[in-house]
Amino acid sequence: MTLAIALSAVLGAVCVVLVALPFLREPEPVSDELEEMTPHRQRRLALAEERDRALSALKELEADHRAGRINDEDYRASIGSLRREAASALRALDSDAGKV
Amino acid sequence: MADLGRAALLLTLGLCLYACIVGTVAAVTRKRRLAMSARNALIASFGSTLVATTILVAGFVRNDYSLVYVAETSSRSLGGIYKVSALWGGQEGSLLLWLLILTGYAALAVWLNRNRTRDLVVWVTPVLGGIAVFFSFLLVAVASPFVTQVAPLDGSGLNPSLQNPYMMSHPPFLYLGYVGLAVPFAFAMGALLSGRTDERWIVATRRWTLIAWTALGIGQLLGSHWAYLEVGWGGFYAWDPVENAALMPFLAATAFLHSVMIQEKRGMLKVWNMVLVSLAFCLSIFGTFLTRSGVVNSIHSFAQSSIGAWFLAFIVIAVVFSTVTIVWRLPLLRSTTKLESLISREAVFLYNNLLLVALCLTILWGVAWPILSEAVRGDSVVVGRPYFDFFLRIFGLPLLLLMGVGPLIAWRRASLRGLGATFFWPISIAIGTGVVLLILGAGSSIPGLIAYTFSAFVLAAIGLEFVRGTRARRALSSESWPVAFGSLVGRNRRRYGGYIVHVAIVLFAIGVAGASAYDSVVEGRLAKGEALTVSGYTVRYVGLSERQTDHATEVRAKLAVSKDGKNLGGLEAGKNSYKIAGLEPQVSSEVGVRTDYLTGEDLFVIPETIYDDGSMYFRIFVKPLVNLLWLSGLVFLLGSIIALWPDARVQRRLAVRYEEASSPVRGR
Repeated sequence: MTLAIALSAVLGAVCVVLVALPFLREPEPVSDELEEMTPHRQRRLALAEERDRALSALKELEADHRAGRINDEDYRASIGSLRREAASALRALDSDAGKV
Repeated sequence: MADLGRAALLLTLGLCLYACIVGTVAAVTRKRRLAMSARNALIASFGSTLVATTILVAGFVRNDYSLVYVAETSSRSLGGIYKVSALWGGQEGSLLLWLLILTGYAALAVWLNRNRTRDLVVWVTPVLGGIAVFFSFLLVAVASPFVTQVAPLDGSGLNPSLQNPYMMSHPPFLYLGYVGLAVPFAFAMGALLSGRTDERWIVATRRWTLIAWTALGIGQLLGSHWAYLEVGWGGFYAWDPVENAALMPFLAATAFLHSVMIQEKRGMLKVWNMVLVSLAFCLSIFGTFLTRSGVVNSIHSFAQSSIGAWFLAFIVIAVVFSTVTIVWRLPLLRSTTKLESLISREAVFLYNNLLLVALCLTILWGVAWPILSEAVRGDSVVVGRPYFDFFLRIFGLPLLLLMGVGPLIAWRRASLRGLGATFFWPISIAIGTGVVLLILGAGSSIPGLIAYTFSAFVLAAIGLEFVRGTRARRALSSESWPVAFGSLVGRNRRRYGGYIVHVAIVLFAIGVAGASAYDSVVEGRLAKGEALTVSGYTVRYVGLSERQTDHATEVRAKLAVSKDGKNLGGLEAGKNSYKIAGLEPQVSSEVGVRTDYLTGEDLFVIPETIYDDGSMYFRIFVKPLVNLLWLSGLVFLLGSIIALWPDARVQRRLAVRYEEASSPVRGR
């Protein structure tokens, strides 16, 4: 019983220290604010996702065409719009680079 | 040590409450140290749960019958390995294992994502903490595994049906799957609550979802094999409510795994994905409710208790919470693109999703209707095999076909002329297979014939995909065929891992069709020396033997098997009578199985009754291709591992994406 109480106390103390660790490490932090994802970063992330989507679609179309899964007619019907999408996403990301 | 176990669980409850409440406060007030403190509390809760679990396992190993749970689920004569698996042999231990896995997953998930998705994790912590609060509360206040008593000399022993090697793997795999679905759910809710509905929650949870889904699939297959060998009714899936309880979240998670690809590729179906991930999680809790509440009669009824009301309340909270959160954030979930054509890969994925969800909801209705009927009208209704089999065919066969159609169609749009060329070989092979099977007599079952024809189509389509991909790779790099094949799979792990999983599903479908649509059965009472004949097999009853072990009396019928006049050797089938202190002996049927590894066929002998005069009543099945079911499990695991295996190139691409999002200069 006594051993159980002692071990429980040790377990509890370890957990309390772990939970309090951020406050023990930084008793007086320069800033305690959570890093906010600014609207600018959110916009850039959305544009980067858009660009990656377009580039990956382009890559996949090329691979499918090379492998013979897509015939020339379907390839030609899709490649133009995909290239435009990719270029537009890259341009948008570039033009957004200077904005904050 | 029971006191330490109780204290550890109480500590877990406190830590999870802290993670939930303080985590929410930190997320709302944007306090960094408070959020880290809540995250640490969630991580610490795994440690305290591990201590509680270790103490209970030690109780089993040391035969500490002062613990009521140990006394009820173990005994001195129980084999060593089963003393560990007895941990999940009853209610309280199962819940403890559940909590251990949940806190382990939660600790790992918040730790691994602490940097990249910090703004999401700050909300993920309270959601996971809230789920863990429920389970730790149950273990502290409702179903404690640390209740003590004056220790009896021996325990009651583990239920005989659970003294089986599958007991070591089937329940833990299911728990890994059920509980694993909490992580994608928490990240989805975290994304909604934080208002960050970009793709990071999907990227962060892709592997978690796959791991949970794989574990659920393997767990169910292990359960089916267990039932096939041990329950002794001649089947592997009985549409038992508790079996369905695991199938439903698996189907919802399968739909999610497919639809989430549309969001990644096309930026569509954002609301649908949120609904699916919530549905999968809520169904996993509903599954536990069915298993643990005792509201349904099931082969798993050993686990009945009175905690059902708590689970029901938790399900209601989870459904309301996720619905309100999704509705609240609908404006953030608008699609950026729309479906361009009904003949495109995303359209096929959409059809696949509709069929999967329809099958899932149909099964849910079949499970829930008897419960609702009894609760509302007071009469008990049985929804049986014909209902489930009907809908499995209606939704399952088109699903099977779509597995072959999807890989052959391009994203966005495809012309009918292009499709004609792409589909030529798979369709020709499917039609050829169907005709040959019809000539061979497979027309005795139309659903079976359709299943085999569709299976041939899917295998041909997937085979063609591998051939085309490898050929294109060779054309680019001049590699040898094996090297080109290896790099094709290695560079597109999700895609080709997924195709291998599809092959596993086809093998599974072939096995199910063979075992259920084309099986043969004969039954009868045999005196010594008499025989039964079925599908070319002759099974002769030679005689009976009896032996005593520490736990049971084992009676075995010795059978001589021959096929078309050729002697195939002996087979045993019989019954075990387990001795349990203070209770009537429990009798189990021990079936005899002879596997033909070349054809995948089983001769399956069920010893129904042993008569006083030494004669026996046998039911004998011949199940063609049934072993493809178990083979499909290995292929499924292989495909999942390939799809799960980390890809450094993908990681680098994602790193660049997040780097660019946080930096004003494009660094590509």
